[in-house]
Amino acid sequence: MMSDDELRRKVVEVLAAEFELDPAALVPAATLYDDLDLDSLDAVDMVVVLEKTFGLKLSDEEKLRSIRTMDDLFNFLIELKAKQA
Amino acid sequence: MSMNRVVITGRGAVSPYGLGVQQLLDGVWQGRSAVKVMEAWRQISGLKSLLAAPVPPFDAKNKLPRARRRSMGPVALYATLAAQEAAADAGLSEAFLTGGEVGAVIGSTTGSPEALAALYGHYLLDNSIEAIKAGEFFKIMGHSCSANVCMTLGITGEQWAPTSACTSAAQALGLGYLLVQSGRQQAMLCGGADETHASVTGVFDVVRAASCRNETPGATPSPFDLKRDGVVCGAGSGILVLESLDSARQRGARIYGEICGFGHVNDSEHIAHPHSTSMARAMVRAMAEAGVSSADIDYVNAHATGTEQGDRAEAQAIAQAVRGSVAVSSLKGHFGHTLGAAGGLETIVLLEMLLRQELVPTLHLEDIDPDCHCVDLVQHLRPQAIKTVIKNNFALGGVNAAFIIRRVEDDV
Repeated sequence: MMSDDELRRKVVEVLAAEFELDPAALVPAATLYDDLDLDSLDAVDMVVVLEKTFGLKLSDEEKLRSIRTMDDLFNFLIELKAKQA
Repeated sequence: MSMNRVVITGRGAVSPYGLGVQQLLDGVWQGRSAVKVMEAWRQISGLKSLLAAPVPPFDAKNKLPRARRRSMGPVALYATLAAQEAAADAGLSEAFLTGGEVGAVIGSTTGSPEALAALYGHYLLDNSIEAIKAGEFFKIMGHSCSANVCMTLGITGEQWAPTSACTSAAQALGLGYLLVQSGRQQAMLCGGADETHASVTGVFDVVRAASCRNETPGATPSPFDLKRDGVVCGAGSGILVLESLDSARQRGARIYGEICGFGHVNDSEHIAHPHSTSMARAMVRAMAEAGVSSADIDYVNAHATGTEQGDRAEAQAIAQAVRGSVAVSSLKGHFGHTLGAAGGLETIVLLEMLLRQELVPTLHLEDIDPDCHCVDLVQHLRPQAIKTVIKNNFALGGVNAAFIIRRVEDDV
């Protein structure tokens, strides 16, 4: 099973590739909308690539909407992975 | 109410010769064929034509930021790059371009066929929309080119998107001409785009109108030639800046030519067959609007795609509407039928002919079809004094469009 650190590294890798970002910018404190300049359409694509990468179902819309930073996203996925494992 | 005179002040191209107007003009003047065999198409059952004139591959990441590219299939990408070049060529300032007095009218046959195939492939095979990304719809919508051009260039004037297959760009130029002439907009970015896809060539293949000379890609299509065997589809985008003469003069802009007449008629005869009388009617109406007589026409840049029916109908229409001695050629032999882009790319080359005072021949025209020999078909690069010319484009579905374009001298 993937460790939490491995998960974080994988998230950085796939999001950097998907959104053509420098992986070094995807630090835990980085905000998705302001720091990384993503928008609502990108948020849809983020869910698509993360579901595909981790084989998870990201269906909790309320929780998804509350994600502000990369750290929020890491924690959301770690929690979800534990639940869906 | 006095109407504005409408001139062309900018040109932008993405073509089977590559990115930029210069690549297009170099390819044409060097008499190079841009047609290739598409090896991957051999896998497609029933497809007999494996020929196309695609845009050579390039790295779009260096051209536009991801946030712009995410809503573009190849067709909108071509239109956007061509529009950027046209706006820069015209010297449109940022303030003018974004101030609301400039609009865009850019058409294509459909949205991106590549994106359509990917989206419906997933939707139909998996019966699911779950993995569809947010940008996909914006690649396939009918106004994908015009919307993406407006977003990228910051255009806030009118946005239009004619989708009439092979006359998409011609209709765009016609509509842009009307909007500038009437004073609704001071300038319009006008033209069209299309991309290479097996399903697009397949449309012509199904109706037995596609060239199948897969063994000799460098020698087809051959409009007006006795041995022609059909259309080769090309890709790209041709965009022109249409502007009121007053605005162009005020800005001190370079003027490539003036559009002074637009004939646009429907034939209402057959969904697929060309109709010679309607082609002639479009040319006659364009000449009447321009206030010129058939004797004033120095050259006709034909639509002629390399089909027996279409080439003959057009040659005979030109002989009837203009005269038998008028010089005529088609650019389809060079870079194929670029469909929604044709009216844009071909007009760019036509403006260069006006500038250089040279007529480009129909490439591969060797053995003239006697039924097309009713006009003076140009077979070699020909220096000739030309001032007033006709540009024709016709489409499946009965659309017939003709423009009168005139060289603008400094004193008029």
